[in-house]
Order: sequence, then C-alpha cells, then structure tokens
Amino acid sequence: MGSSTENSAFFPTRNPWDTGRVPGGSSGGSAAAVSAGAAPFALGTDTGGSIRQPASFCGVTGLKPTYGRVSRYGLVAYASSLDQVGPIARDAADCALILQSIAGHDSRDATSLPDAVPDYSAALTGDISGLRLGVPSEYFAEGMDAGVRAAVTAAIDQLAALGAEIREVSLPTTQYALACYYIIAPSECSANLARYDGVKYGYSHQGDGDMWEAMERTRQHGFGPEVKRRIMLGAFALSSGYYDAYYHKAQQVRTLIRQDFAHVFEEVDALAAPVSPVVAFPIGERTDDPVRMYLVDVYTLPVNMAGLPAMSVPCGFSNGLPVGLQLIGPHLSEDRLLNIAHTYQQATEWHRERPGI
Amino acid sequence: MDTQYETVIGLEVHVQLRTHSKMFCSCGADYQLMPPNTRVCPVCLALPGTLPVVNSRAVEDAIKIGLALNCKVAETTKFDRKNYAYPDLMKGYQISQYDVPICYDGYMDLPGDPSSRIGIERVHMEEDVARLIHIPGQDGEAGHTLMDVNRAGVPLMEVVSRPDLRTTDQVEAYISNLQMIIRYIDVGTANMEEGSFRCDANVSIRPAGSTKLGAKVEIKNMNRIRAVTRALEYEIARQTEDVKAGNRVVQETRGWDDEVGVTVSQRSKEDAHDYRYFPEPDLPPLRIGASLVDHIRSELPELPALRKDRFQQSWGLPEYDAALLTSSRTTADYFEQVVRSVGAMAKGEMSAFAKETANWLNGEMARHMNNDGTTNVFDTRIRPENLAVLVGRFGRRELNNAGAKQVFGEMYRSGADADDVIEQQGLQQVSDTSELDPVADEVIQANPSAVRDYLGGKKTAVRFLVGQVMKATRALEAEPLMKELFEYRFTEGNGLAGHSFGNLFIAAMSGVTGNFEQAVSESSRVLKVTGRIVPSTLWTFG
Repeated sequence: MGSSTENSAFFPTRNPWDTGRVPGGSSGGSAAAVSAGAAPFALGTDTGGSIRQPASFCGVTGLKPTYGRVSRYGLVAYASSLDQVGPIARDAADCALILQSIAGHDSRDATSLPDAVPDYSAALTGDISGLRLGVPSEYFAEGMDAGVRAAVTAAIDQLAALGAEIREVSLPTTQYALACYYIIAPSECSANLARYDGVKYGYSHQGDGDMWEAMERTRQHGFGPEVKRRIMLGAFALSSGYYDAYYHKAQQVRTLIRQDFAHVFEEVDALAAPVSPVVAFPIGERTDDPVRMYLVDVYTLPVNMAGLPAMSVPCGFSNGLPVGLQLIGPHLSEDRLLNIAHTYQQATEWHRERPGI
Repeated sequence: MDTQYETVIGLEVHVQLRTHSKMFCSCGADYQLMPPNTRVCPVCLALPGTLPVVNSRAVEDAIKIGLALNCKVAETTKFDRKNYAYPDLMKGYQISQYDVPICYDGYMDLPGDPSSRIGIERVHMEEDVARLIHIPGQDGEAGHTLMDVNRAGVPLMEVVSRPDLRTTDQVEAYISNLQMIIRYIDVGTANMEEGSFRCDANVSIRPAGSTKLGAKVEIKNMNRIRAVTRALEYEIARQTEDVKAGNRVVQETRGWDDEVGVTVSQRSKEDAHDYRYFPEPDLPPLRIGASLVDHIRSELPELPALRKDRFQQSWGLPEYDAALLTSSRTTADYFEQVVRSVGAMAKGEMSAFAKETANWLNGEMARHMNNDGTTNVFDTRIRPENLAVLVGRFGRRELNNAGAKQVFGEMYRSGADADDVIEQQGLQQVSDTSELDPVADEVIQANPSAVRDYLGGKKTAVRFLVGQVMKATRALEAEPLMKELFEYRFTEGNGLAGHSFGNLFIAAMSGVTGNFEQAVSESSRVLKVTGRIVPSTLWTFG
C-alpha cells in the first residue's frame, strides 16, 4: 500500500530514472520493472491511483479499467469497491493487448461486469478528430510542480493539434475525493485484512501466551506501519457512533463525485489532466508525513471513487523525471482512451525514452 | 409465575437451510456426515483473493420462509459485513444482513390459541461458521481445539420475533410451530439436536400492566426445547428476585448451563461487540421482482394450521388426530392420497374410514418409521392405495387387531399388497361361526381345567379359552363373536353345568340368535349335521 512502494514487505523499490527516488506506488515494482526493461509488461492494481501514479513516475503507460471490467477473483483484496487490476506497458498498443486478455465477466466475482469485451486493438485507429476533450480546472491547482504543469499543458496542445476539441470543464467535488477515499478504502481494508490472523495460513508468529496474544503478535509483526495505519483508520471510521459521520457520509460524497463526472461526460468524451502534482520524490522524503504522502494522489483518487477508466501516458519530463498525462473516460470507454493514447504516441516520442540504467 | 411482574420474551432462531450448495460458494452444504474439512474450497476457507457469490436458491428459501410467516418481502435488499474476530469465523467477518433484511413485518398465530399473534420482526440471510471441537488436555497438559470448516458458509436464516411472547408455554408452541413450518415448506430439517435449528432468547420483566420494556437479558446455549423452557423459567425467577430485592437487572448476555441449571453472565454491555456493520462491497444489492415472489407464494404448500382445520372439517377428524397427521407435510399428503383412493362413500362411512386411516398412520406407521429411522412416509414400501385396502378390510372387521398389525408389518417390510399378505398368511378373519365351533369344542375338550375355572366363577378364564381357539384357527380377530359365544355358553350358568355340550350350545345359540327355533336351524347349519336335531339327544359331530 501507499504511494511510493516504500512500504514493501521486502525493501523499497527504486526509480530507474533516479535510483535515489521512489518509483511511485503502490504498483511501483511493476512500473519500475517495465521502465527498466526488466519486463515487457506487468500487471498492477489501482485502488486510488496505484497503476497510474507509478506509471507516471517511471515514464511508462498504465491503464486502470472501469471497476468490474477485470475480475478481482484472485486479487488479494484491499478496498473491494475500488480495486482494479490493469496493465503497465511501454505503450498503449501493448496495454490494449494485455487488457484484451484479462478483461471480461467472471462468475466468481459478483461485481464483474457482464458487458462484452470489444476488440481493443482494433479500436486503435490513430484518429481522434472531433474528440471532445475536457480539461478540469480543479486539476490544475496551485502548488503543482511547474514542470508537470508545462508537460501536461503541452500534451493537451498536442492533442488539440491532432484534432481534439479542447473544452474547459469543472469538477467541483474534486477537493473532497482525498478525504472520501481515506475513509472508504481503509474501512473496507480493515475488514479485508481481518483474515490474516496466522490461524489458517500465512505468517504466524509463534511464542507464548494464548490464542488472542498469538493473533495480536502475528498482526503486529506481519503488517507494515502504513497497513496498520489504514486498518486503524478504517476500524475507527466504521465504529459505533462514528459510522454515520464518517463512512456513511463518505459514501454519500462518493455519489456526488460520480454524478459530477457523469455530468461532465455529457459534454465531453474524455478528460485530460495531470496524473500527479509532482514527479518522483526522493526516497524517505514523505514517509514521516502520511498526509503529505496521500496528497500525491489527489488527481487519481476521484477516478476510483467514480469507478471510471483512466490511463497514464508519458508526456514529458520535469527536471529529468518523467511526467504522466492522465486520460479519464466514462464507464467502459477503455477503447476510446487507448485510442487517444495511441494516437498521441504515434505523434510523440516520450514513451520511447528509456532510463540510463 | 409471579403476578406482580409480566414476562416479555423475544426469540432469535437460526434456521439452517438444506440447500445443495453453501450460501456464498458452490461447496456442498451437506456437511453433517462428511469427514472434516472435505466440504471446503478457497472461498469458504477465506483464502486471500477469494470472493463470495450469492446462492440464489437460498434467497428463494428465505422468501419462502418469510411468506410462510406472513412477512413482507423487500423489493431491494443487501448484505452487510458483521465484523468480529474468532477462529471459527474464517474471513474475520460474517456476511449477514443488517438494516435491510429480505423479509420483515410478519406474524405467527400460535396454534390452539388464536388470540396469540406473535410478531415476526424480520427474516434475514447469513452464513454459518466453522465448527470448533475442544479436546481437553490430559495429565495436566493443556487441551487443544480442532477446527472443521465444513460448516462454514452453510446458509442460515435468522428469524427474529417481536417481544410478544409472555409465557414459556407460548415459547414452546412458537418453537415447535416454527419447526413444523420450516419442515413443511421443505427448506430445512429444523432439528435442535442436530444444530439445524438454534434458539437464543431475549427476556425481560416489567410490572404487570406496564408497557415500557425492561432491561433485557440475552440467553444463549440452549440446545433443546426443554433447555429453552428451563432456562427461561430460571432467568425469569432470577430477574424477579433481583428486582424485588431492589436491584436493577443488568442488560447482558448469559449462557445457559444445562448441567447445573443456571444462566451465567458472559458479556456485559461494556464488552459488547461493536460489529462495525457496513454494506458488503463484494455483493451488489439484490432486486427481488414481484413475479418471483408471486411464483414462490403460489408454490407454498398449505401450511399446517390451515391444513389441520381442513382435515377436521372435511374428514371429520378429531383435533388431536388432525394435528398429529398435519404435523408432517408428507404424512398429511399421504393421508389424503389414502382417503382419496377409495370410491365414494357415505359421509359417516368416510369419516370412519378417515379416522381409521389416521389411526394407522399415527400409530403403526409412525411406530415402524420410528424404528428404522424413516422420516418420509412416501419412502416406505406401503403405497397409499395399498394401505387403503388394509384399512378397509380392518374397518369391515375382516381382520382382527393383531392380524391387521401383522399384515401391516409384512406390507411394511416387503411392499406386498394387503390382499396377498392376508391370503398368504391365512389371516382372513372367520366371522361366521361355522368354522369356529368345531374348534371351540376341541379347545373346550382340551382344556378342562380352564373350563372348570370359568364355571367356577373365574370369568377371566374365558379369555384363555378364547385365545386357544384363536390360536387353533389362526383367526386373529373374531374375538367379540367368539367371546360372546363362549360366554353365552357358560353364563347361562348355574344350573346349566352338567348339561350336555349340545344343550349348552343350543342355549347359547338361542341367546345369540334371539329365539329357540332359529337357534336349532342355525346350529344345524353350523355343525353340518344332516338329520334333524333333537335337543335332548347326544350329539355326535358329523
């Protein structure tokens, strides 16, 4: 968990572009492997940005499908209503191939969508003329890294040059997504991780004392600090007396976020925005300040709240570090997003850049 | 019971469903006799990455139960996670239903007491937990616990009553009626001893006439109906004593200790679980269409209370018989097939036939089924039409009691037709005297001391003689006639002793037929004597 892959059970992963920096998270390992050429593609899971953000930090292409597009059966559950598996690869065409293999209905996942899977590769026409592309003003707020702003803006101009019609739009609920996420995800997480008690399988800390003490020790040593933080947050948010004020309220806000996007997608076909306000930061820079860590995800979180598909597409560099362009579409518009990314990648070279490693 | 205080009781019953699969995975739900941990899969074992999928049959069964309890069925319902830690709870949470149960707002009229309508608050769906088997330590060693996960995930329906019960008699009636309904609609075995029907009770007391609810105590661990009534009686007495002593009843959970006969405090309010309920994100809400509900409603069998009434009215059965018959749906179905298989009869005859059929089903059939553990009368070898034949013959006294039971037993064992068995075993009752008398005489000849006893005033000796005749003819029931015949012989009594058998016989025959002339002609016929019979001569048997 977390936005930097510093919370790994093994050891922190390093960004191939600068090994003193984080690769992003939580699927930072996948992104780094693809970026470094160690693997042609990898799978990641995106609950609040965990495919898009590391893809952006590592200069690779990543896609988070519509919630329910890819089965969650077999995926260790973190936040059940947000998790989605998706591809991380060198370009959109590869992502299309991988998505084709993993998308589709699964009878073992009751949240899996029954909709037919289109031919994603066939959707890569390279033509986006007439595409109505929205640019949400809330995603270009103060405090954004200047280099990130420049790269993303240039990418949007490039898309305009390729035939897209750019429109300014507004998503007023954007500012609530962070708080909303950090109530809902930890709540679901606190229940999903309850099974890891060392009784049935997995890590089990032996020692003296009774069954309860053994369970406590197992969880004390088996979970890292960020995971524990989220479990505690979640248990608190769900507890009697607080449920209404936190979890219930967060779910209501979530509905507003969904409605916000639905409203905007009546006017535009897709949205273009940054993936993150920053580029890869130094290892250890944000580990002492969880909230500061959480802030790197402000632009990716709303997408998970609404269950929408989104991509991260390499679009430039800031101080030598990759910047990702985020493309967001309505439900089940993966084919459209892949085509936008593919078209962009036919006209640009950012995705071909390789770290010196 | 104390008249100063009124008891208020509510019951929470967990009913295990007898579905093919578990509630959220496709493992077999028939865990009872399976070797441990053989009815498991990654989902019910809660392995990482697994997800639940709803068993639609279980949902239909829940609706069935709700409809049988006069509940409303929710148009939209959902599951919730009930979070707590215990080794037998595989996921660390139980998938249950919190605020939108599938059925709600129903009632049950207690049988035999129509003014007692017990409200049903809700019926909701959840999953059972694994079984823990505690092995005590030996020689001072610590014990250990084994876990059998077969039961984890088996569908459970929780039926919650309103606190409308007032007496332990009502509680007993509620429990047995609910069990009967569950079995009638064929969703479960509803057996407390097997664990497919579990009761928890909430009990409080309040001053008689008050409408405010007192602090309630939850009682758990009552494993038989008897335990429920005993536990409630104890608890009511305990609370009453407490209040009379000026204390307040503590709201808590108490466990019933059947051996000692007391309830013991388990958890106080402070330690009460906070289940942190939230909607189950892995299962989308269910929309229940009106057409599905209508379909299920139309397939509900006639429920026991109505059926009992109908049996009393249509077949003229006494209430006791009707109640016993209708307590099992299959037995009631069978009964109806038996009575419908005979042709038209006069109403009085039909009534007698129905009563006789009820006797056989509630009596011999039940006894045989009990002996070999058969629970469904249709699984026995006796077809309804076949039983009808036996009942007919018995009703017309073509068989005596013992004979009929013997025939029944053979039919039960081999499935043979009634008539075949009767014929094979020569159990045809001989109702006319012609075949009986030679035998009767032989018996009298052979047992002079019994005859002397009878004549000497020991009336019961006639039974022995009758029994000997019966044995000799293998006619298992003509008893009334035989007995009549013999009694008549000797009771005409004092003064007849010493008279020839023939005179005694004629005297008896006169009594039986009503006049002397008829007695003579009947005797001739009966004894196959060809010549004229002269009363005073010695008889010889021809």
